[in-house]
Amino acid sequence: MFAFIINRILQAIPVMLAVALISFAMFAYVGDPVAIMLGQDFTEAQRDALVHDLGLDQPFWVQFATFTGHAIRGEFGLSYRLSRPVAELIGERAPATLELAFCAAVLALAVGVPMGVYTGLYRNSWLSRFFLTFSLVGVSLPTFLIGILLILVFAVWLGWLPSFGRGDTVQLGWWSTGFLTWSGIKALILPSITLGLFQLTLIMRLVRAEMLEVLRTDYIKFARARGLPNRAVHFGHALKNTLVPVITIVGLQLGAIIAFAIVTETVFQWPGMGLLFIQSVGVADIPVMSAYLLLIALVFVSINLIVDLLYYAVDPRLRIGRGKGGH
Amino acid sequence: MAAAIARFFDSDVWWSFKRSPVTVASAIVAAICIIGAALAPFIAPHNPFDLASLNLIDAFKPPSWAEEGTAEYLLGTDDQGRDMLSAIMYGARVSLLVGLSATLFATLLGVSVGLLAGYVGGAVDGLLMRICDVQLTFPSILVALLVDGVVRAVVPREVHDQIALFVVIFAIGISEWPKFARTVRGSTLVERNKEYVQAARVIGVPKLRIMASHVLPNVVGPVLVVATLNLGLAILAEATLSFLGVGVPPTQPSLGTLIRIGNDFLFSGEWWITIFPGLALVAMVLSVNLLGDWLRDALNPKLR
Repeated sequence: MFAFIINRILQAIPVMLAVALISFAMFAYVGDPVAIMLGQDFTEAQRDALVHDLGLDQPFWVQFATFTGHAIRGEFGLSYRLSRPVAELIGERAPATLELAFCAAVLALAVGVPMGVYTGLYRNSWLSRFFLTFSLVGVSLPTFLIGILLILVFAVWLGWLPSFGRGDTVQLGWWSTGFLTWSGIKALILPSITLGLFQLTLIMRLVRAEMLEVLRTDYIKFARARGLPNRAVHFGHALKNTLVPVITIVGLQLGAIIAFAIVTETVFQWPGMGLLFIQSVGVADIPVMSAYLLLIALVFVSINLIVDLLYYAVDPRLRIGRGKGGH
Repeated sequence: MAAAIARFFDSDVWWSFKRSPVTVASAIVAAICIIGAALAPFIAPHNPFDLASLNLIDAFKPPSWAEEGTAEYLLGTDDQGRDMLSAIMYGARVSLLVGLSATLFATLLGVSVGLLAGYVGGAVDGLLMRICDVQLTFPSILVALLVDGVVRAVVPREVHDQIALFVVIFAIGISEWPKFARTVRGSTLVERNKEYVQAARVIGVPKLRIMASHVLPNVVGPVLVVATLNLGLAILAEATLSFLGVGVPPTQPSLGTLIRIGNDFLFSGEWWITIFPGLALVAMVLSVNLLGDWLRDALNPKLR
């Protein structure tokens, strides 16, 4: 187990370094940071001094090492657009994105799994058919269109919920939360549905497919033959055995949630990291872009690691037989 | 030719097509979208880019069935008096063009990489597949956004507006090639050890020739399915990029651009400016996806 964790971490390091290299290459070669920082009037001496201060006269690998060292400590320099430290900008906006992603993930799981179990157990009922049709629409509707439709119905026509922003937030240290005020919670509803709907339908279809597969196996028949109640068979035996693929997909989808938060945040003008990123892409604000890239890579690599560890917790078959060369 | 057509109508692919009403319906919807988009300059009721024919008096006309609508503008007009139906037809043209080109680009790149990795094997295979793995862990929309952002930083603004369409195609294509590479590599690994390949190798056919004219024809089947399913995704990716304002230039609005423009008028009650392009996008993507699903099942002999 311990060796496995070490192995996975060692595998993650080259990935992170590769992303850091891309990130650094963007930082160093895209656009001219010196020209941007100096502005219009400068002398040759000022220019040379700045080049030296930034370490741009150093060899490539030294610069890359310095960049990586700074990145590990969370220093990415100043945003070209806002002239403020990138780490500060991202730190301010991270709580908004994380709270949104959390709500969306909880919604997708809390609704998607039961719907998947239901459609798997009662595959011919009209409610199952309705759920399946609904999921097909959910997969084909682009995220931003779902957001626009929800705004049109619930904000413009009915006027029940706000259509943009986070509402009132409460500061807990450096973390600003929208969970503690009524307007903050109300502001979370539409963006969470928008962001979570695709994941919800995906989880539902996956759980359904896995349930159908598992219910056909012999151990389910045996469990029924033993006279176990339906509830124990469905949840104790069937659902538990569908969890491995579900965890994989949910883990990978957590990354997708953060990526699609860019779209949702744009639709709802949600002051999170995604909105910051898209505004930076529009004006080619490279420091913000490369910091965001590294942060997302870190999130993805960590999620993959956690998913791998969860396999062990969920599937006892993986704990034995590994490294013993086949069956 | 006539014999080939007769054989097609006799095939089980055609049979499974006829048998599924959903597939026939989506084929019809897809055909309407494609014809409407391709022939937009000839059949659209107005030319939304002809500034001389635009009249601001016609701005914000609701659809023709609403109280203030006119028969001249079936789906209403936008803030500049452009006919929505025509704008949608021209927009679908851009969306389809970008979607098809990006898919074609991703297919060419992915198939070449997959063939090379699968046939040559060894370190080349290891390196190419690692790149695939790393890229597959990132959502493609993020990759496309990054490519777009980098190009924006490298080239000056005037140049960017001119090449924006190609940048979007490149960005979406580059974000979706790994799927093709994976598929082709898998089938190549199976094919490379078959006797006909060994025979070709024994009589001294060069490697490139074996890959291109012996292995390739035998691995393209699954690629067709991946490409169809990918077309829907590529159209959505383009719409998303354009909605975020980093896609196609405003002078050539796609469906995503139209939705973004319409979004500004949502609160003042002019819902049709954004909803109709949205519906057109959904109809197009849904029908292409359903066709792709059907094709996957129809070409899979195990499911018959």
